[in-house]
Amino acid sequence: MRGINTDKITLAHGGGGKKTEDIIRGIFQKYLNDPVLAEMDDGAVLEDLVFSTDSFVVNPIFFPGGDIGRLAISGTVNDIAVMGARPLYLSLGFIIEEGFEISSLEKILISIKEASEEAGVRIVTGDTKVVEKGKADGIYINSSGIGKTLLSSPPSRYRIEPGDLVLINGEIGLHGTAILVAREELGIKADIKSDVAPLWPLIESIISPSVKFMRDPTRGGLAAVLNEIVEGMNFGIRLWEEKLPVSQEVAGICEVLGFDPLQLANEGKVVVFVKKEDAESVLEKMKSHPLGKQAEIIGEVTDEFPGKAVLKTTLGTHRIIEQPMGELLPRIC
Amino acid sequence: MELVREFRDSSRVNIIKEKLEGFAFKNEVKIMEVCGTHTMQIHRFGIHQMLPENVKLISGPGCPVCVTENSYIDHAIELARAGFTITTFGDMIRVPGSYSSLEKVRAEGGDVHVVYSPMDSLELAQRSGKEVIFLAIGFETTAPTIGATVQKAKELELENFSILAGNKLVPPALKVLVEDRNLGVNGFLLPGHVSVIIGMRPYEFITEYGVPGVISGFEPVDIISSIVLLLEMIEKGEARIINNYKRAVRDGGNPTAQRIIQEVFEPVDSEWRGLGWMEGSGLGLREEYSEFDAEKRFQVDVPPPREHPGCRCGDVLKGIINPPECPLFGKVCTPENPVGPCMVSSEGSCSAWYKYG
Amino acid sequence: MKLIKKEGDKGIVLSMGVEREVSLALLPEAEIGDWVIVHAGFAIERMDEEEARESLKLLEEMWSS
Repeated sequence: MRGINTDKITLAHGGGGKKTEDIIRGIFQKYLNDPVLAEMDDGAVLEDLVFSTDSFVVNPIFFPGGDIGRLAISGTVNDIAVMGARPLYLSLGFIIEEGFEISSLEKILISIKEASEEAGVRIVTGDTKVVEKGKADGIYINSSGIGKTLLSSPPSRYRIEPGDLVLINGEIGLHGTAILVAREELGIKADIKSDVAPLWPLIESIISPSVKFMRDPTRGGLAAVLNEIVEGMNFGIRLWEEKLPVSQEVAGICEVLGFDPLQLANEGKVVVFVKKEDAESVLEKMKSHPLGKQAEIIGEVTDEFPGKAVLKTTLGTHRIIEQPMGELLPRIC
Repeated sequence: MELVREFRDSSRVNIIKEKLEGFAFKNEVKIMEVCGTHTMQIHRFGIHQMLPENVKLISGPGCPVCVTENSYIDHAIELARAGFTITTFGDMIRVPGSYSSLEKVRAEGGDVHVVYSPMDSLELAQRSGKEVIFLAIGFETTAPTIGATVQKAKELELENFSILAGNKLVPPALKVLVEDRNLGVNGFLLPGHVSVIIGMRPYEFITEYGVPGVISGFEPVDIISSIVLLLEMIEKGEARIINNYKRAVRDGGNPTAQRIIQEVFEPVDSEWRGLGWMEGSGLGLREEYSEFDAEKRFQVDVPPPREHPGCRCGDVLKGIINPPECPLFGKVCTPENPVGPCMVSSEGSCSAWYKYG
Repeated sequence: MKLIKKEGDKGIVLSMGVEREVSLALLPEAEIGDWVIVHAGFAIERMDEEEARESLKLLEEMWSS
């Protein structure tokens, strides 16, 4: 069992990387030992249903490309969708800070309405609490959802094997950098919009038995997700740096602040593991969907380095894609 | 700048790689780099994989966070606990001091902020009105930025801003390293941006030991061509300082930056993790700026420093051992539970080895 | 990064679509249109395009021999 070397929760524990995993395995699973929970998938598979939950505490609440409302719908819809299930019903729980502007709340509800229509889900139950000023950073939202599995053999990382190819539906790092820039703490201005979007319509168009596994790389980015996938497995993953879709602006910010685009959050991306023979046709289907215009085949599953995720650089050398540690920090020299 | 791409161009890299592969050294050749950004870039581009046989690239004390001694961190922690607002460059947050870290202190309620520029710290002081202390670490690239910030604070007559002085100088460290016969460094890859500030002259002395040095930029073409230039000199037994980053480094460095360092700071003796106390190797605030000296202004009790038994960061920083030779590496000391700074800092040797290996 | 605005000892640089504030306190002679190196929020030196091209040429000559 992993050790927790501290007696207080730190921000790093919420980063989505190794420290988050430590808390989950070391504390939550100590007391909650349900076998389905132990799978630690994006959603719980219960016979032919998938059940998922997510909480949203993003700051700032409104950012280029979206807001906490759109995020709340997309996050849970995508968690269900990547399990190969059609998202059907969502619940929303609001924790609102005293003094929050009603006009802001309305804007958020409009985003929620739009996103749920895009995803084809119904919001069927909810709850609202108000807390004193200073206790909720504006507004926090929890969304939970149920979906129906479509395939008799749902996507699972145990189905991945050497030879499979890795696809992504577009540019990485947009959400993470959009939030950073929107925080205005770093004196940076850039025209970057979050990619936050419900992906069910795209995923619905590609779902088939040759899609072995899917995941949405949110906090911790591709780096976190790939490491979760290879852990304890007898295969490894090799990504090709030259095939990674990264926009100029995201690359620029990463250069300047010393970030790795592989570690930045995405909220409108899905990484897909496909049987080699069918990869091209899945790619074509993705590209013909508005949410997949910049889709690429970015890597392959290999038996060369089991349990590791590796990047082949543009120079032909290799380096390990490490699990993100905690919160991303601008570096010094 | 399109030109940056030219220095990253893989076909150029391949041509220089071929040149690199042409070297055949019978005995081991040790090249040491002393710049955190070089450590990172070398790891990022997998340059170790391109080196010919018998050529070893070792990492020296190039990471400013790594060479900052425990007592400095302990001092910063006590200041945070005393209720001051502490501002720092990102990497410092996670570095373990003798008993705790700034990250832990923040979790306990300490007002600790990560800033990207010392000016952000000044602006925070202006906005918040609280007593703000900036942790001044870094080498000659960072020192003038802090100096300029202190000068601005003086100009604005700001009364709630101060720094905890901890900047260090590269040439004194190079002197200790080049004199170390056990270490046996055959050539130095000299830091890019430190050189932008100080120019070429401060490095000349190492040639008197028969050791060459090449000032290098950070792109793959820069680093590989610099290594080739070093190996050529080593092969011929030549010892010169070559400026291979001419597009950024002027022979005389940046005079404005040098003037600001001299106006605000003066050399003081300083303790480096791994290298110990070195005369004149640090920067302290001059008398005229003493009102910005947090150490003078605020008295806090700092517990006696202690090193973690078994931690060999010091030896790693001196280039004596490679990270995997430290008994704690990868077992007790990992990036998520670091014992020493070399594993924490994004520019630390152990951190680079852990990911790369 | 390219200096696109200058106001006293502060400036704005642009690179790959990203704009940043920088201090020009260490490089007061910088002019709009200059390419500068930025460190910790300060411009520390001008990038000399001529020198860059010279270096590339020299490298090419050396490596082709």
